[in-house]
Amino acid sequence: MQNDFIRIQEADFDLTTEVKALRKGDPRVGAVVTFLGTVRDMNDGSQVQGMTLEHYPGMTEKSLEEIIMQARSRWDIYKTIVIHRVGPLLPEDQIVLVAVTSAHRGEAFSACEFIMDYLKTAAPFWKKEETPEGSKWVDARVTDDTAMARWS
Amino acid sequence: MKLELRFFASLREGLGLSSESIAIPSEVKSIADLRRHLIQRGNPWAEVLASSKVIRCALNQEMVSDSTSLVEGAEIAFFPPVTGG
Repeated sequence: MQNDFIRIQEADFDLTTEVKALRKGDPRVGAVVTFLGTVRDMNDGSQVQGMTLEHYPGMTEKSLEEIIMQARSRWDIYKTIVIHRVGPLLPEDQIVLVAVTSAHRGEAFSACEFIMDYLKTAAPFWKKEETPEGSKWVDARVTDDTAMARWS
Repeated sequence: MKLELRFFASLREGLGLSSESIAIPSEVKSIADLRRHLIQRGNPWAEVLASSKVIRCALNQEMVSDSTSLVEGAEIAFFPPVTGG
C-alpha cells in the first residue's frame, strides 16, 4: 500500500478531494492536518501581479521523499501527500498542499509543519515574480532557515 | 573527468544556459574547484558564479557542500537558495 504521494503539477488541485482520497479506507485515522499555501499579492513591499515557479525535475521528488522519510522517523504518521504547483500562477492561486494523517492531532500537526519548513529550505523550487517594476527572482528568507533550524 | 552540468533559475537566465556536458582537467576535484574553473571562463560565468554570491549545489540530485568531491559522470547542478512553498 502506498503511503506517500508526491505530485508536481501545473494544474490546480482540490483540497477536499485530496483529503478524502488520503484517508479513504483507513479507519486508524483520527486526525488530518493540512497546510495550503497560496499566492499573495504583496511581497517585500512590491505588488505581485503573478509569478512563475521553476523546479529541478527528479531532485524535487527525491528531496520531498527524503523530507517525508525524516518526518516518518520522528512522528507516528500514516499517510502524507505533497502537491506543489509549477509554471505560471496568479495572486490567490493555490501553490502547495501538505496533508498528513495520524491517530492523534499532535503527531499530524508537527509532521505537517516539519514537512513544510523543510520544503521551504531544501526542495528545489524557485519563484520569479512579476511586479510593476519588472520581473525578479525571489530572494530566500532568513526566517525560513530559522524555521527549519528549530527542528534540529 | 566528464560531468553533466545543470543550471536553474537566476543562474540559468544569467548564463543563458540550462545544461552542458563538460570534461574537466584532473586538478578540478571538488565542487569549489569546479566553480572556480567555470569562473575562469570569464563573463558571464565570472559574474553569475562570483564567490560573493550564495549558490547551492547538488551532486546527482542531492544537496552537497563546496568541499564535496566530484565523481565521474555525475550530474552537478548550481542554483540559488530555494524559494518554493
